[in-house]
Amino acid sequence: MLEEWPLFILFVLPFLGSLAAAFLPTWARNAAAALAGTIALVGLVILIALYPSLSGNGVVHEQIQWLPSLGLNLQIRLDGLAWLFAFLVLGIGALVVLYARYYMSSADPVPRFFSFLLAFMGSMLGVVLSGNIIQLIFFWELTSLFSFLLIGYWHHNQSARDGARIALVVTAAGGVCLLVGALLLGRIVGSYDLDTILASGDRVRASGLYTPALILILIGAFTKSAQVPFHFWLPHAMAAPTPVSAYLHSATMVKAGVFVLMRLWPVLSGTDEWYLFVTTTGLATLLLGAWSAIFQQDLKGLLAYSTISHLGLITLLLGLGSPLALVAAIFHTVNHATFKASLFMAAGIIDHETGTRDLRRLSGLYRAMPITATLAMVAAAAMAGVPLLNGFLSKEMFLAEALAEHSGTYIDEALPYLATVASAFAVLYSLRFIHQTFFGPPPTDLPRVPGEAPPWMRLPVEILVLACLVVGVLPALTIGPYLATAVRSILGEQTPAYSLAIWHGFSQPLMMSLVALIGGTVLYLIYRTPLNEAKSSPVVGRLKGRKTFEAVMSAIVAGARACEAVVGTVRLQPQLRLLLCIALVAGGLPFVHFGYSLGEAPGTLIDPAFALIWLIGGACAIGAAWQAKYHRLAALILMGGAGLATCISFFWLSAPDLGITQLLVEIVTTVLLLLGLRWLPKRLPEMWSGNRWPPSVLLRRSTDLAIAIAAGLSMAAVAYAIMTRPAPDSIARYFLERAYVEGGGTNVVNVILVDFRGFDTLGEITVLCIVALTVFSLLRRFRPAPESVKAPVQQRVQNAFDDAHADRKIGDTVADYLAIPRIMMEISFPIIIVFAIYILLRGHDAPGGGFAAGIAMSIAILIQYMAKGTRQVESQLIIRPLRWIGIGLLLATLTGAGAWLFGHPFLSSYFRYVDLPLFGTVPVASALLFDIGVFALVVGATVVVLIALAHQSIRVPRPAHPAAETEDDA
Amino acid sequence: MEVVLALAIGILTASGVWLLLRPRTFQVILGLSFLSYAVNLFILISGRLRTDAPPIIARGDTVDASLYADPLPQALVLTAIVIAFATTALLLVMLLISRGLTGTDHVDGEDRDQ
Repeated sequence: MLEEWPLFILFVLPFLGSLAAAFLPTWARNAAAALAGTIALVGLVILIALYPSLSGNGVVHEQIQWLPSLGLNLQIRLDGLAWLFAFLVLGIGALVVLYARYYMSSADPVPRFFSFLLAFMGSMLGVVLSGNIIQLIFFWELTSLFSFLLIGYWHHNQSARDGARIALVVTAAGGVCLLVGALLLGRIVGSYDLDTILASGDRVRASGLYTPALILILIGAFTKSAQVPFHFWLPHAMAAPTPVSAYLHSATMVKAGVFVLMRLWPVLSGTDEWYLFVTTTGLATLLLGAWSAIFQQDLKGLLAYSTISHLGLITLLLGLGSPLALVAAIFHTVNHATFKASLFMAAGIIDHETGTRDLRRLSGLYRAMPITATLAMVAAAAMAGVPLLNGFLSKEMFLAEALAEHSGTYIDEALPYLATVASAFAVLYSLRFIHQTFFGPPPTDLPRVPGEAPPWMRLPVEILVLACLVVGVLPALTIGPYLATAVRSILGEQTPAYSLAIWHGFSQPLMMSLVALIGGTVLYLIYRTPLNEAKSSPVVGRLKGRKTFEAVMSAIVAGARACEAVVGTVRLQPQLRLLLCIALVAGGLPFVHFGYSLGEAPGTLIDPAFALIWLIGGACAIGAAWQAKYHRLAALILMGGAGLATCISFFWLSAPDLGITQLLVEIVTTVLLLLGLRWLPKRLPEMWSGNRWPPSVLLRRSTDLAIAIAAGLSMAAVAYAIMTRPAPDSIARYFLERAYVEGGGTNVVNVILVDFRGFDTLGEITVLCIVALTVFSLLRRFRPAPESVKAPVQQRVQNAFDDAHADRKIGDTVADYLAIPRIMMEISFPIIIVFAIYILLRGHDAPGGGFAAGIAMSIAILIQYMAKGTRQVESQLIIRPLRWIGIGLLLATLTGAGAWLFGHPFLSSYFRYVDLPLFGTVPVASALLFDIGVFALVVGATVVVLIALAHQSIRVPRPAHPAAETEDDA
Repeated sequence: MEVVLALAIGILTASGVWLLLRPRTFQVILGLSFLSYAVNLFILISGRLRTDAPPIIARGDTVDASLYADPLPQALVLTAIVIAFATTALLLVMLLISRGLTGTDHVDGEDRDQ
């Protein structure tokens, strides 16, 4: 497995780890950290082992088929760039895990933290290793989600919740833009496969959809990488635990945006639009971030704005569009990840040890924590671009690119100056960070007495700082080959010659660096005291990102409310009316488009008997519709008339199974509705006087009538058009030809239900089961409305008669009422049961089957309830309908599962004929067992509903003591 | 025959739709029943009209499919009948509960215009 699918394992391992960590007990801090660390290290080993296969611009592919017919597969693709990013994700991930083990308090639910962290690691690997852009976006959204969960980890904290929400909304909104952009891109190219897209750069740039696709993809990348004007979420995200800030919000997730820009650089870059949008945004972000960082009083806030500034720098480099700038961008991404992650960790240590991150309160910590101070100083020097450190090298490359001629625009002209200014700002805030924290007089009134952090907590910082130093001194030996692989994977043949030396002579970039270093230092010396007074950054501090965000959000909510107030309604009738109108329009459109015509098939002669049946049936339907409001019983009877006409039509049209089932269902439905009628309120006559309806009522009724007539006419027209056309060759032939050969039954409808489409039937009886249980639980404790509690008039009269005669007890007349029909109904009980069993057993070969038999069986029980009354039936007959339901469902499922024992798929059936004495040859099919399951379930479900309704009436006499009889149902 | 059935389906649909749009729960239940009659007949006729040809085949290896009515719509309708029955039962209970809890049988749980 490992040798065959190394990338796949790399891909799923963090998610499996996340799941495992989620199940650890909340106190298992060490176990969770060990798990996360192991997974990061194993991933790292796999990744390093894969590196040799990337030589010579090689790409490793792995693909797992999902929906090959739609071109949707899990595509994992590892090239140089992906390798470098994956290395950052796993390497810094491992260090962050170690750091977090000591950072997180044992009072926090730490396994949850590591579970989120691992899931984030997996999502981030998913982004960089995706070979399909839709898949990339899926994981991109997952990173937003886990970033949300991690920022909000201390969810008892208001600022954590706000920060999480802002970050999620901004990055997820960007994700939607990215998705649309990717869909456009896929439309231009004709594929979402990354290799195909990378190979069709010219086609994409020539397409008319290029600009919209570019803008959408850029919005996605800019929100994720905190570019102006979407940058404001990042400082708010600092409410997250510091390991999260180090990992997600400096080293990895915020780099996802620039990663996508790098990934699509060969496809999208090189145009004026690209230069304009990307360079301008990057430049603005670089300057604004650096400027704001100067005025921060919070350690993490300073680092957050500095991160924004450095991301702007990378974006700016990508925007320039030259291969050398791309090299610088990738190099700076790696360098920034190392020094910024270590700075965040150092800030976390300071926070951890002193209890504050406020720059104004911190001072002179060098004495208390010399090692941390040294480490932070080296990292901050790398951030400032001091020679012999990695930050210097990429900054040099950046300055060289800023000097080079790119487009000849004003931006190009101003770039060298602005780049120097931004670098000076970087020196200034780095200096402020270090000087303010570690130098000066010893700190006073800190929440805790500072001391050196535990060695294990410092180790990740030490490793990262060592990396800064080693890369800074020996770039060509350390990062060189990996950077070259990454660059070649993007540029291929166009890879420019570049040199990673520390010394290029007294070149212009070096001069600019020196100016920046000196300028930044001088500025700090002049302004160090006033800076401590700053409440917000001048000029740009007026850009209130958060305020705008909240205003936009509340505008959206208010807009949605307004829309809902206009078009929404809680009333059922307008909703149904709208639904029906839409259905009518949707059904009518094809006819408007293609015209309505009748087919050529020869019609059948009208049978007068059939016409008569429907004359009556139609009259019943109209009568029921007309009378349903005031004459419910009459309407119910009329509905039964229309139902009978339907039943007869089924028999007439060669569908005996339907006829039988419909007839039996009709009986049960009518009885249930009859049981329900009693609890309905008395219908009051309409309030308006005379026969004149008010205009509003008239309008509503005539609209409804028009809709009803239109619906009826359309259905009739469609039905007629269908019937006048010859039947197409359908899959009916398949079922007819195989019913006996493969299903062992001659009743094809039944064979379809229990065999060919047995799974559908299983689903259907499950629905029935759910309905029955819902009814049962709804009516279990329910009492009818008080005004309908009184016994019916007839019973009251009969009881009054008993009361008036000395020789009669109350209830005697009721008991004697309709004695002869009652006896006949009682006698019919066994007869109907035999009939039910008969149609159950013959179902496979002749009309009948489990449904019809189940309904018939429940009619037998129902008739007993009608004849004897609830109390008497239940004193003689113990029915446990819930057991019937359970046994039925179990039997049907087990019959299906039984096929597994013989190595067949679920619900395969087996049949043969058996000779039984007396009965003769009987078909025995496993489908019969299934049908018995259906039968039992239908009986149970119907009887549950019946009993639930019937019990309403026996509860009525005792409404005053409802608590005494709560558990009297089945 | 075609005309009769088409009209029957039309009338059942119209009655069903009219009742469905009424404000009282009982009317809505009846309306749904009518609609299910109409829809079931409609599905059945999509297999075209065949009389005296129920899909109950003779035993044997070869079957002449043209001798029998289309069993597929019938299987679909059989399922539809049972599900319609279940829905009606559920709706009836909802009706009773809503009536008991709100004191009215209006579909919105409150009388607005009477």
